[in-house]
Amino acid sequence: MSSNKESIARTLIVALVVSLAASVFVAGSAIYLKPVQQQNRLLDKQRSILAIAGIGGAERSAEEVRALFARRIEAQVVDLATGEVNAGLDPASFDALKAAKDPRTSIELPGGEDIALIKRREQFTTVYRLLKDDGSGELEALILPVRGYGLWSTLYGFIALRPDLNTVVGLGFYQHGETPGLGGEVDNPKWKGLWPGKTLFDDEGRPAIQIVKGGAAQGAVHQVDGLAGATLTSKGVNHLLTFWLGEQGFGPYLDKLRRDGV
Amino acid sequence: MAKQASAKEVLFTPVFDNNPIALQILGICSALAVTSNLDTALVMAIALTAVTAFSNLFIAMIRNQIPSSIRMIVQMVIIASLVIVVDQILRAYAFTLAKQLSVFVGLIITNCIVMGRAEAFAMQNPPGRSFLDGIGNGLGYSAMLIALGVVRELFGAGKLFGVEILPLAKDGGWYVPNGLLLLPPSAFFLIGLFIWALRTWKKGQQEPVAFRLAPQVEED
Repeated sequence: MSSNKESIARTLIVALVVSLAASVFVAGSAIYLKPVQQQNRLLDKQRSILAIAGIGGAERSAEEVRALFARRIEAQVVDLATGEVNAGLDPASFDALKAAKDPRTSIELPGGEDIALIKRREQFTTVYRLLKDDGSGELEALILPVRGYGLWSTLYGFIALRPDLNTVVGLGFYQHGETPGLGGEVDNPKWKGLWPGKTLFDDEGRPAIQIVKGGAAQGAVHQVDGLAGATLTSKGVNHLLTFWLGEQGFGPYLDKLRRDGV
Repeated sequence: MAKQASAKEVLFTPVFDNNPIALQILGICSALAVTSNLDTALVMAIALTAVTAFSNLFIAMIRNQIPSSIRMIVQMVIIASLVIVVDQILRAYAFTLAKQLSVFVGLIITNCIVMGRAEAFAMQNPPGRSFLDGIGNGLGYSAMLIALGVVRELFGAGKLFGVEILPLAKDGGWYVPNGLLLLPPSAFFLIGLFIWALRTWKKGQQEPVAFRLAPQVEED
């Protein structure tokens, strides 16, 4: 056996058998573990929504997060162009990020308007309403999904607004691939702590939030300190907020809420 | 082979006498990156031990069939598959830790310890002993990672496994943490100190001086 071990036929057979066995092994484990992983991702998203809405999340157990999310958060699918709520789409199964990739359910953004560098924007997306704990059904915070390109990667996150639709409750990203220690500091609780209380729009209702390199001016309500050593990530976050709060993003939806009440 | 090492020797020699990090200086990258707290250090240690053990096992099982011209690639395929499976398992059952470890689980593929043991041990030894050798080298790596994790988390953040041990001055305690310990370069210094300590204890690990510096000559 070992004498003809080096023949070409033998080499090909070994290569083929090993690759086949390895691919079956990898594919099998990926398929078998997929449902658990999806649950984890969903839970992680719910946890970050709760944290950004300012009602904790990081320390809670999985059951608590699910229960709290079910009790306090109401999800809605909205039409970004008109700002209308679309009752025909189920927020539990609707996947806005998938819709953004499909040409039938998304629009291509012309270069000049694509400041968040996301190329395509979905027609419908899911927003989350945090309801007051007293059962009145009144809005405590509105949580909007945002995303955009930083330095290396697309940052996926949420921004939560007070019912005045101007004051920030919290901002956070649940997925990104920025440099740990530099751009990755978007996850730093200290930096995230700078956001609550800032206001997003100027008197004319245009997005006015700015991330300022070198530090925000004292008492500036529209300014947040930039991240040290992460100019491009800071710019990316600034651009994605300007985009999603503007006309191509949640502008029409926020206008409608201002007109009709939250 | 002149003398077969006993199973116990195969298993425990790599912990102190032939430590993959301290003596062979392999696997430094991940040792710097994941040891800022004990949770990630421990998970990484377990993941690497599992991958090394099973890659050694599978490679030793088919060692007589692997043609030498493609042996490295066959080893890589087996190692890479195991790492992907480990990554998938972590994502399913330890999601937050997997998120913190991010790319470093995937980078086990390029960890020299795994490849080194496959090539140096598993290609010449039967599966059982190769498996033990994998566990042993994993333990050597784990010992170093856990030592680093303990020092860095305890003195850098005053905690162990996220539980407060030294009350921090900023929360009203007395301990002022050393922030440098949370940054990767500190692991470099610590590994150097561990190597110093180990070579003082086990003199056999000291390397002979390869050459001597000539004394400086003053021109007059």
